[in-house]
Amino acid sequence: MSEHVILDAAAIARMLTRLSHEVVEKNKGTDGLCLLGIRRRGEIVAERIRALIGRFYECFPPCGGIDIGMYRDDLVSGFFVPDARINKLDFSVDGKNVVLCDDVLHTGRSVRAAIEAIMDLGRPAKIMLLVLCDRGGKEMPVCPDFVGKNIPTSRQEFIDVRLCEIEGEDSLGIVTAPETTQKI
Amino acid sequence: MIGKDMLGLYDATAEDIMLILDTAVGMKKLLTQNLKKLPHLQGRTVTTLFYENSTRTRCSFELAAKYLGAGTVNITASSSSVQKGETLIDTGYTLDAMKNDVIVIRHPMGGAPHLLARNVKASVVNGGDGMNEHPTQALLDFYTMREKFGSLKGLKVAILGDIKHSRVAKSNLFGLTKLGAEVVMYSPATLMPQGIERLGAKVAKSREEALAGANVVMGLRIQLERMHGGLFPSLSEYAKYYGVDEEHLRLADKDCIVMHPGPVNRGVEFTSDVIDAENSKITEQVLNGVAVRMALLFLLVKNRQGGEKNE
Repeated sequence: MSEHVILDAAAIARMLTRLSHEVVEKNKGTDGLCLLGIRRRGEIVAERIRALIGRFYECFPPCGGIDIGMYRDDLVSGFFVPDARINKLDFSVDGKNVVLCDDVLHTGRSVRAAIEAIMDLGRPAKIMLLVLCDRGGKEMPVCPDFVGKNIPTSRQEFIDVRLCEIEGEDSLGIVTAPETTQKI
Repeated sequence: MIGKDMLGLYDATAEDIMLILDTAVGMKKLLTQNLKKLPHLQGRTVTTLFYENSTRTRCSFELAAKYLGAGTVNITASSSSVQKGETLIDTGYTLDAMKNDVIVIRHPMGGAPHLLARNVKASVVNGGDGMNEHPTQALLDFYTMREKFGSLKGLKVAILGDIKHSRVAKSNLFGLTKLGAEVVMYSPATLMPQGIERLGAKVAKSREEALAGANVVMGLRIQLERMHGGLFPSLSEYAKYYGVDEEHLRLADKDCIVMHPGPVNRGVEFTSDVIDAENSKITEQVLNGVAVRMALLFLLVKNRQGGEKNE
């Protein structure tokens, strides 16, 4: 297994700074803005963006994590019991401009599930999508509004996002699966 | 492997039981969070066919089926064609023709679910047959014990009460011996089935012997409806010599749990203090029952059809 690091900690910090400004720019301010991250890396991304918006604009938009386990589209085809948590936010999404955050956009299926999960929580005015990395390979008509980096990849490759909160360091790289695991 | 039906634990393997319990862990996690709408049985029908009275088993199965997205139909013998003389097999053909996917049956005759299972395409689940077995109750008992103790291996389970008429006792015995627990039974000699030792149970000679060091104290209801006189003098005498109060419970292990499949006759098999004590798992058992039945319905549908409906 070989890993090629594309973004180091400093590059990720710059990227998040740019994304936080873009979010406020597109929203024309911080009014009505709220951030929702797909558990669990998306939640961390959302919190980072929130902290940055707070630093630059002195306003901390409400932020929360959502679990998409119950909304996955492969529950019946795969016949498994999801390990999910109930979605409870300490704020309402009704009429808000929701920025849905995730680390990697690939098939778009988790985004579809997340949209369904958000709709169960209320009726936002708008849902926008922010991802650290768009690796291509979409299977759903989903288009991100804010992209950290476009990295077209093949199916044998995957994006390894490391975050301080989980792995103790920030980095983003491409991992190529070795020949042997491809056959499985 | 779990096949088409769940008829009893006599034929189940330890692996089957563990698979159901493991699946139930995920189900309970969802239930306790109030997340109760899984899609796995959507478009399927679960029918409860009850020839005997029931509150919790039927309600539990019905809720379990609903939480998995299935449609449910309830049939009670007293208000069905059984009253007009239809045989069990004919009722089975009728239910099959209506494309039922799972039939949960409770019947006063032991073996009735087996007979039905041989004649229908739907999965049959035994919801209690006469004095034979009540597998899902035993499974939820195992779940409750495992949740408390982590494993059933080496546990001493004392079962007190009407062993003879109890299908719960038998299913528990078959399962617990497979899972490595020790089963000690105690009841008036008239309510102890002959030869139960050959099935792996230890018969205690006194209440004290049965309770000594027990990790689980399970009471069973005196099933007056199945008794035709003369098995013991009176309920109050039974309570005095065979019932369990707080004082008796001190003989058991200090971390023991109290269980009862319900319905409880307060003051007969257990006193009210025992039933409402902190270590009583009687209401917890009811919640676990829904989780275990969800797991069972889930696995039956998953294993048997690989996605195909009864068509």
